[in-house]
Amino acid sequence: MLRAALKSLLGRKVRLLMSTFAIVLGVAFVAGTLVFSDTLNRSFTALFASTVGDVVVRPEGAVNPMGDLSTLTVPAEVAADLERVDGAARVDGNVNATNVVVLDEDDKVVGGFGPPSLGSNWTGAPAGHGLEGLVMTEGRVPDGPEEVALDAGTAEKAGYVVGDTVTLNTAGATATLEPTLVGIADFREGGSLNGATLTIFDTATAQELFLDGADAYSDLWVTAEDGVSQEELRDRVEAELPDGLEAVTGDDAADEAASDLLEAISFLTTFLLIFAGIALVVGAFLIVNTFSILVAQRSRELALLRALGASKRQVLGSVQLEALVLGLLGATLGLGLGVLLAIGLRAVFAQVGLDLSGQSLIFAPRTVLAAYAIGVLVTMAAALLPALRTTRIAPVQALRDDVVLPESSIQRRLQVGVVLVLAGLVSLFAGLGDVVEVPHGGWFVGAGVLAILLGVAAASPVISRPFLVLARVTFARLFGTVGNLAGQNSLRNPRRTTATASALMIGLTLACTMAIVGDSAKASVDKSIEDNFVGDYVVSNVVAGSFSPEVAERMRAVDGVVQVVRQRYTGGTIDGEPQGVVGIDADGAEFLELTAAAGDVTALREGTVLLQETYADDEDLQVGDDLEIEMPAGDQRWEVVGIYEDNPVLFFPIVTTVDTLLATGAQDKDNALIIDVDPASPGVGDRLEEAIADLPIVTVKDQAEFAEEQRAPIDQFVLLIFALLALALVIAVLGIVNTLALSVIERTREVGLLRAIGLSRRQLRWMITLESVVIAVLGAVLGVLLGTFFGIVLMYALRDEGLEVISVPTGQLAVFLALSVLIGVLAAVLPARRAARLDVLRAIATE
Amino acid sequence: MTEIACQVRGLTKTYGTGQAVVRALDDVTLDLLAGEFTAVMGPSGSGKSTLMHCLAALDTATSGQVLVGEQDLTTLDDKALTRLRRDEIGFVFQSFNLVPTLSAEENILLPLAIAGRKPDREWYDAVVDTVGIGDRLRHKPSELSGGQQQRVAVARALVSRPRIVFADEPTGNLDSRSGAEVLDLLRRSADQGQTIVMVTHDPVAASYTDRVVFLADGQVVSELREPTREQVLEVMAGMAG
Ligand SMILES: Nc1ncnc2c1ncn2[C@@H]1O[C@H](COP(=O)(O)OP(=O)(O)OP(=O)(O)O)[C@@H](O)[C@H]1O
Ligand SMILES: [Mg+2]
Repeated sequence: MLRAALKSLLGRKVRLLMSTFAIVLGVAFVAGTLVFSDTLNRSFTALFASTVGDVVVRPEGAVNPMGDLSTLTVPAEVAADLERVDGAARVDGNVNATNVVVLDEDDKVVGGFGPPSLGSNWTGAPAGHGLEGLVMTEGRVPDGPEEVALDAGTAEKAGYVVGDTVTLNTAGATATLEPTLVGIADFREGGSLNGATLTIFDTATAQELFLDGADAYSDLWVTAEDGVSQEELRDRVEAELPDGLEAVTGDDAADEAASDLLEAISFLTTFLLIFAGIALVVGAFLIVNTFSILVAQRSRELALLRALGASKRQVLGSVQLEALVLGLLGATLGLGLGVLLAIGLRAVFAQVGLDLSGQSLIFAPRTVLAAYAIGVLVTMAAALLPALRTTRIAPVQALRDDVVLPESSIQRRLQVGVVLVLAGLVSLFAGLGDVVEVPHGGWFVGAGVLAILLGVAAASPVISRPFLVLARVTFARLFGTVGNLAGQNSLRNPRRTTATASALMIGLTLACTMAIVGDSAKASVDKSIEDNFVGDYVVSNVVAGSFSPEVAERMRAVDGVVQVVRQRYTGGTIDGEPQGVVGIDADGAEFLELTAAAGDVTALREGTVLLQETYADDEDLQVGDDLEIEMPAGDQRWEVVGIYEDNPVLFFPIVTTVDTLLATGAQDKDNALIIDVDPASPGVGDRLEEAIADLPIVTVKDQAEFAEEQRAPIDQFVLLIFALLALALVIAVLGIVNTLALSVIERTREVGLLRAIGLSRRQLRWMITLESVVIAVLGAVLGVLLGTFFGIVLMYALRDEGLEVISVPTGQLAVFLALSVLIGVLAAVLPARRAARLDVLRAIATE
Repeated sequence: MTEIACQVRGLTKTYGTGQAVVRALDDVTLDLLAGEFTAVMGPSGSGKSTLMHCLAALDTATSGQVLVGEQDLTTLDDKALTRLRRDEIGFVFQSFNLVPTLSAEENILLPLAIAGRKPDREWYDAVVDTVGIGDRLRHKPSELSGGQQQRVAVARALVSRPRIVFADEPTGNLDSRSGAEVLDLLRRSADQGQTIVMVTHDPVAASYTDRVVFLADGQVVSELREPTREQVLEVMAGMAG
């Protein structure tokens, strides 16, 4: 029995390989994601271990809830005091800054806009556990305001060597610096900055640039003497600290940083795993289909085995054994492809600045286990349905000419489908929170979508019938006999036709949903900008970060500028929850054309706030109340002087003045400038550009450019999803190829007959192409319908989240349908050629 | 009726090479007259099917000439051969003659439909009438008996008024009554001027024909005109001996 199963497997290797392709892809996604995130993990763990001391002393609230460094510092005296702590070998003060951008000789930003651009002072302190940490590998330590050192990776990318003049952009008080490069630093004991750039100053210069010249530090590293553990030292240091400072062990600090990072990339892994899921679902369809056809073709052979005394279980087992081998094969190939995928991901991330080339790929045993478990389970589960059918083959059928496999009735399929769709709808709407509130709504939405897709697929032999009949009639009219034959063929086994179409349906459903979501999001952005854009120009940082306050000064000095309103974002804590706050110039409220819902929005002064109407309602705050907020510098009470109607220009619902934020510990950096110019002043736009020409990370845009920039990330996101969905489409195409190829083999005699009575090769190819087109278009029609439904439902559910416009990109959907015709034609190429090549005589003689 | 429908000159067909070479047809020369109903007989492996396939443009000969009408099959390419099969030749196989997805009527009209030709309504009615399946035209092949299926196949072969109809053991899978119906049908068609060539093992079937050609080892060894069952049996016995 084992021999027989393996033999029949070998006899059909190409076809089986094709149906494994989807499994290979699904497993590859899972394995690639795991390998990549393990690698990323290891790399950052190494980095973080090298960037903490044994004990780190920092101000409480050193990082505000929005992730920015605050201006809170550790006074220099504290460092001196701590040196006397028992067990402390040395104490070093660090000055840390972000947004210190290195420009290369062509004024391009080194490392692109993705990774952080860090600045710090040089201390030469060892990292925790005696790790050597960063060392100067070339040149010397910078000394004085005119000197810097760079990390090795950055220097190499920018093409700087010791002695060169380096151009820097900072968000500090001075926007551009041009110091001399005197040294190059690197991690001696492994670890890599993973694409981030690091500029090193001497301590006084760093304090001058980033701490307003105060004799203080962002944090301190306390290095333990031999034999003193991090915990012991922390406790001793903690005892000496004044209020407002905290001590943590280096291990804890590194873990904190690592878990923050993991959270940030968990989005990516979730995303990739969702696609793995899609590939596997689509793949399962193809496997069900392939095995159904194979079992049907072999039903006579299986009946013969039964007649010769094989038990039902043996027959079932032989089919399942094939699935097992196939699953193992798919998982193995998938694992290999997964490694390639991880390498590809690494290359893609290197493009956006996350450079992991310093870390070899991590191939954890868990990855291998997961790959094989998924590959084998999915394949065997999918093959189980067709395999079970073999048990209903009676031995007597071996003696009959035409063996018809018993199949579950089409009515049953319809019932199952309807139940699944209904359950899916309930889950979908529950997840979207329209009917009842459920926790983890996303899971409900996902499960609902999956159930509806499976339900439609189950019911499609029934619900697609009108379409198939229509296709036959249309084809017969358009293409005569060949069209009629093709239409009849797709009707002959609706289960097979629709199962094949379902694979395409799933991919296209998701593509359409994404097209609608993307288009609606863009339309919403456009509408919101159109409704709310004030002033003539917006100045912002390309990476949506902050920039030097010097920029505002420069803009105010430009000829033709009437007014410049600064906007900066920071964060505080309200009732233990992080909360973003917007700071604007006090005279900006009027300029922003805020509409008062209560109070006076132009009355904004230092120590007061304006609240967004929705937020005020939610928090039950009225004009005259005090808003209690914990800022880095301590608890604040700000009087509410006005409530404005919701306005998306203001990023957060709490608006105060720039000075208020400065007084409570926010850094002196701007996030956006809104500029009003004198329309009678020609060329003012060019002069604005000129004013920031040396700052490539800061841009000035008019409304159209601003809208374009806001739309760009949505476009990129949708494009990325399309690229991944294209894989689902490739799987679907292979599914069609596979089904057609198997059908052609099954119908060899019929093909021979048609050729014998005069059907030309061309006509035969046409027939198979048309059959393929029917399958593809059916999948596309179902997919577009379902996708439009999901897209609209999703956008409707999101209407409260600022995505108020529902836009259906009909052009794009039409392209999808047109594309499906092309897919059909392409999928038919090989099976059609194969059929056309059939030797007429041999085809007729085939049993 | 002395017009020649098909001329075969020195037709040779070999399979394989070297030691394993098989001469399925060995220098066969034969004229098939228009309107004649010819049976090809001979022991198993004597080359009957091979001859049919070569005459019917399904297979190409190794050497020699086959002329159907004025066209020399050995000079035609695949396209032309396909067209020739479609327009000039009709077929009836031993089994699996019909496209399972099409109704009987659609099957009958299939060669015309493939050619994009309009059926001659009168002729079609006449054929359907002769075949005697008028009440079953809308049925799918799976809903027809074996005899009915073969008669539909004959109707399909006749409807395009081909120059020659070839039938390879058309009654091989049928019981004697259904077989007789099919043979009757072929006989009547021949009487109306249709040229027919039929391969058979059955002396009774051969007795329906105008002429029997006997093959042995790929060569024409004997011939009978207006054969009776007994004559055929006699020749066959001679060949076996
Ligand atoms: N494709 C092939 N390859 C090799 N030899 C073949 C092939 N087809 C037929 N032959 C050989 O050619 C000879 C004639 O075969 P053919 O099928 O014409 O015989 P037949 O008279 O039709 O026999 P039967 O009465 O059994 O149908 C046989 O010896 C056969 O083995
Ligand atoms: Mg034969």
